[in-house]
Amino acid sequence: MTRTSMGKGLGGSPKVDGSLKAEGSSKAEGSSKAEGSSKADGSPAGGFRQAMSWLHTWVGLTLGWVLFFIFLTGTVGYFDTEIDRWMQPELPQAQTGLNSTDTAEVLLDRLRVEAPGADRWFLTLPAGRHQPYPGIFWQGASTKAGASAASGELQVNGNTGEPFSARDTGGGQLLYQMHWRLHYLSRTQADIIVGFATMFMLVALITGIIIHKKIFRDLFTFRPGKGQRSWLDAHNVLSVVALPFHLMITYSGLIFMGFSYMPLIVAAHYGVDDEARQQFISEVFDPPGLVDSAREPAPLVPLGHLIAAAEDRWGENRVRSIDIRHPGDSNARIIFYENIERRVASGGERLIFDGVSGELLHQVPPATSAAKGARDLFVGLHEGLFAPPVLRWLFFFSGLLGSGMIATGLVLWAVKRRQRMEKKHRLPHLGLRLVEKLNVGTVVGLPIGIAAYFWANRLLPVASVGRADWEVHLMFLAWLMVLIHAACRPNHRAWVEQLAIAGLAFGLLPLLNLLTTDRGLWHSLVANDWVFVGFDLTVLIVGLMLGWTAWRVWQKRSLIDTGEISIKQGRSAQELPGGQS
Amino acid sequence: MGLTGSRLASLVAAALVGGYALATAVGIFLGGILPMPRGEAALVGNLLSFAVYAGAVIWTFVVRRPVKVWLGLMIPACALVTGGLLLTGRAG
Repeated sequence: MTRTSMGKGLGGSPKVDGSLKAEGSSKAEGSSKAEGSSKADGSPAGGFRQAMSWLHTWVGLTLGWVLFFIFLTGTVGYFDTEIDRWMQPELPQAQTGLNSTDTAEVLLDRLRVEAPGADRWFLTLPAGRHQPYPGIFWQGASTKAGASAASGELQVNGNTGEPFSARDTGGGQLLYQMHWRLHYLSRTQADIIVGFATMFMLVALITGIIIHKKIFRDLFTFRPGKGQRSWLDAHNVLSVVALPFHLMITYSGLIFMGFSYMPLIVAAHYGVDDEARQQFISEVFDPPGLVDSAREPAPLVPLGHLIAAAEDRWGENRVRSIDIRHPGDSNARIIFYENIERRVASGGERLIFDGVSGELLHQVPPATSAAKGARDLFVGLHEGLFAPPVLRWLFFFSGLLGSGMIATGLVLWAVKRRQRMEKKHRLPHLGLRLVEKLNVGTVVGLPIGIAAYFWANRLLPVASVGRADWEVHLMFLAWLMVLIHAACRPNHRAWVEQLAIAGLAFGLLPLLNLLTTDRGLWHSLVANDWVFVGFDLTVLIVGLMLGWTAWRVWQKRSLIDTGEISIKQGRSAQELPGGQS
Repeated sequence: MGLTGSRLASLVAAALVGGYALATAVGIFLGGILPMPRGEAALVGNLLSFAVYAGAVIWTFVVRRPVKVWLGLMIPACALVTGGLLLTGRAG
């Protein structure tokens, strides 16, 4: 049988519904695969879409679980500072709105105590949701002169000038950083894995668009309760609804890490050593007018009138941070950063002052070149720091849709193959069973891990050593246990049980918060503390939805038991010992 | 699609390694010839290289013939790197 006649045979099959075409073509992929590799070559009509379908399937599957991890932890990261605050219940409500000049003085005093002789003092003002508290950060301080550390970072109470004391935690920042740092791996290892995963995502998106002729129609097509077809519909809807977001977040992710992923481009024009790289960074990104230290002491100019000049230009409380290079040196420079909430592109305007005379040396626009402007736009969209609450939720939901797209894609791969096996009365092969286990253990297991991270935050003793590390260890241990559970239980039961556990783990978090802190839901409502209210209600709703899903999946099982659905999806793996396929 | 064994391995390697080489090469070429300061030109090359990579991966699996794919990726890659470095007048 030639490829053409096979193609005709499929094309002529009595399927009228146009939106089945995509499925038809993927079936062709399946059957040609089953018939062996005899028709591997050539690409006559239909070959292109078939090739795209094949590529879509395999780039999606290969690193699908890594992608699910990246998408979900990244999505949670849209509420990073809110999670930070929930995970440090000792901290007061946000201190945004403090007077900038007073706050800067307070921070400067703290820096003089903590970091004398530093190369760089960095003052973070409480400018908005992304910077709820004042903070300091320093580099190159002299411990001989009494610095508490050569470099360090502190959150400072803007009212008292004392550092906050709160429980040690990685917070929302750590959860968010996982999506490109993968936590336990080195930076290089993580870059390689995340880089390829993101590239695979991009290829999966492009091929996914190519194999879908009817993007608009798919948006309104969902046929529930029909096994593989329902999963395909769900996968299509989730992908298409937020397609611009998926494309944006994937490509901007690549650009974000572009210099790490494609280091040779810069190296070819600058050289391979660190100095050459630094030269490139300073040419493209650094503001003009920065100079080396003169090693001559000179008093730092008082910040008051500089802040006044910046606020005249940008508006009250719109200074985001103040970056002092070589404080106390005659070549001191002070960079003021404008707050970022008014622009999509990352970064605002910068003002550069002489740190001794206080003279304004440069006003640097947000984008110093078209190329940097383009990069800033992508990075700004990716981070979404500009997004006000409604848009932030939209980002969050889009991220969830993306995670759902990946999850349904993974499940679809398994469901399709299992149905095919059962039609032929064969036992599932090892690969299929592995995918099924990984699907449950990741799609539900990772959320359980994230819930465990929150539980650990409340249950580990506040004073215990290394508690921040243990929060993360417990997250991954919980996930590991869920994976083991998935491996031991029949598929269907694994889904039901894990969804139920996940539902409880999230749904009970508000109760846990009420019992372990004095900031329960009612208290937060009365205190207008919308961050805590938001967290408690969100995890409650997530818990209820997971619980509802568990119940729905369980119901389906009872249908299987009563014989209304003949395929024993959940049981065959356990009842029939493997290895005989 | 019936891709198996060494043929599949060769195509996957071509897509990953050859595609990366071509993407980098296009980036280096753009960094060399674009009429703007070299930092910006290199940045533009960097921004666009990922689109080239995706395109190369897809093209690999449309063609599906290892020899053709390897040549089709590596010859332009070498040419672009050489061209990009020579045309700048900045090559050492």
